[in-house]
Amino acid sequence: MSEDIWILGIYMTKFGKHPDRDTVDLASEAVIGALNDGGVTMKEMGILAAGNLMGGGGPIGQMIQKQVGQTGIPVYNVANACATGATALRTAVMALKAGECDMGLAVGVEKLAGAGLLGGRGGAPQAEETWKPKGRFGAVAPTDGRIGTETMPGVFAQIGMEYGHRYGGVDFELFAKIAEKNHAHSTLNPLASYQKRFTLEEIMNDVMIAYPNTRPMCSANCDGAAAAVVVTDAKLKTLSLEQQRRAVKIAASVLTTDPYEEACQVLPNVNTLTRNAAKQAYEAAGIGPEDLDLVELHDCFATAELVHYDNLMLCEEGGAADFFGSGATWRDGKTPVNVSGGLESKGHPIAATGIANIWEVCHHLRGEAKDRQIEGAKVGLAHVIGLASACGVHILEASAA
Amino acid sequence: MAQKIPLVDYLRLEPEPHLVAHECDSCGARFFDHRDACASCGAQSFHEVEIATTGEVRAFTIVALAAPGIPVPFVASVIDCDGTSVRGNLINVPPDPEHVSVGMKVRLATNVVGVDAEGTEAVGFGFEPLEGAA
Repeated sequence: MSEDIWILGIYMTKFGKHPDRDTVDLASEAVIGALNDGGVTMKEMGILAAGNLMGGGGPIGQMIQKQVGQTGIPVYNVANACATGATALRTAVMALKAGECDMGLAVGVEKLAGAGLLGGRGGAPQAEETWKPKGRFGAVAPTDGRIGTETMPGVFAQIGMEYGHRYGGVDFELFAKIAEKNHAHSTLNPLASYQKRFTLEEIMNDVMIAYPNTRPMCSANCDGAAAAVVVTDAKLKTLSLEQQRRAVKIAASVLTTDPYEEACQVLPNVNTLTRNAAKQAYEAAGIGPEDLDLVELHDCFATAELVHYDNLMLCEEGGAADFFGSGATWRDGKTPVNVSGGLESKGHPIAATGIANIWEVCHHLRGEAKDRQIEGAKVGLAHVIGLASACGVHILEASAA
Repeated sequence: MAQKIPLVDYLRLEPEPHLVAHECDSCGARFFDHRDACASCGAQSFHEVEIATTGEVRAFTIVALAAPGIPVPFVASVIDCDGTSVRGNLINVPPDPEHVSVGMKVRLATNVVGVDAEGTEAVGFGFEPLEGAA
């Protein structure tokens, strides 16, 4: 049994539009915020793991160091699609578990406000002189839109529809009700990009993006950053009682990829790797899904949230529609899901998401979530998935101190 | 008669339009693109197989917003063709939830993508409803 690792400090910026600040500014705010929250400084950090998926501006970790402290520690710049933030955190956790240092820092940042549709390959077929087969499929013209869709709303729409085909009891209205829940939750989260409650009718009648996902059923592109300071159990015991009381135990930190299955070449399978990650995480933490006081899961689209109820084993297999219908995932339900408002309203600054969801859970476990506090929360789970695919699951426990 | 070329190399136009896949010699996993080794079992040899031209819709979405230049709406879907999953659009059917559904039976159909400077026609594929088809 390796040593327990704890979150000592954690911070997320306001998600939304930050036109006057770049990725480094946002990441620096998150790093300094996490250090201050943990009552420590850059000098005590033994590793920095950093993620920024879409920026393309160079090694983000080193750029952040220039703003917060160039202490010469190893930097790992990580990329794992939408699981980038969780991958950064897990990288820092692994360094501590390996005994390389006793404190480390993970940060994820993205600027996506106004980015529009993600995943579409774009462009009309080029009027070429003559057709020439190109690429892995020997295509003579772009295939997006001609052979299925590359757009994220369309891919995840099919993932939800496939679940409905397999188990039944799923329709447009059910998916829209999931978005209704998350937008309702967001009204209590001042850091969310959008804090507007929608009626079911408004959601269903909004602009259709990829049936059955209308615009408010899609994750919101926005700017934001989140960072966390992690510490070993031994080191934590040398810190103040207040630091020990606010520390949150990482009871499980798991990363999986998608194992081969028939059909995964034509539609990404987000189910099996999530289920695998959840199983490993519950086993590592020594708990079951029934022990969770809250869950932040990757609702990149309303159609995705439904399948993850099942994948994370919050309900019995095939029972996600009934589970949602019972009200279980509303904030006053048996297993509150996405009380932050989720990606649909809080927003989805890609590389920040996998740390921001952990910030949300920690906030409740520390009893610091104010208006949206889930009373008495002791254990929570944070889940992210990045296509192609990677899945991160973290189980967090409140300090007994 | 104008020359024809398939939109992708796994679409064969003769003798009748059909799709082909690389099937792993060892475990039978099928891939539409080239693989150096099998993603399922790691074996390194493949042979070509024909894919059934009829199937059942396992999942779909009606894409209303796509990258510039892509005509919308269109129906993207996953078709179960006798055990092999295929990605393709549902064509020759109105793109609305009243006319497309999961579980629907469909068959392979071709359409014209465009004609190049030499008069060669690029031919694409989709799936059309079996019900009511000629």
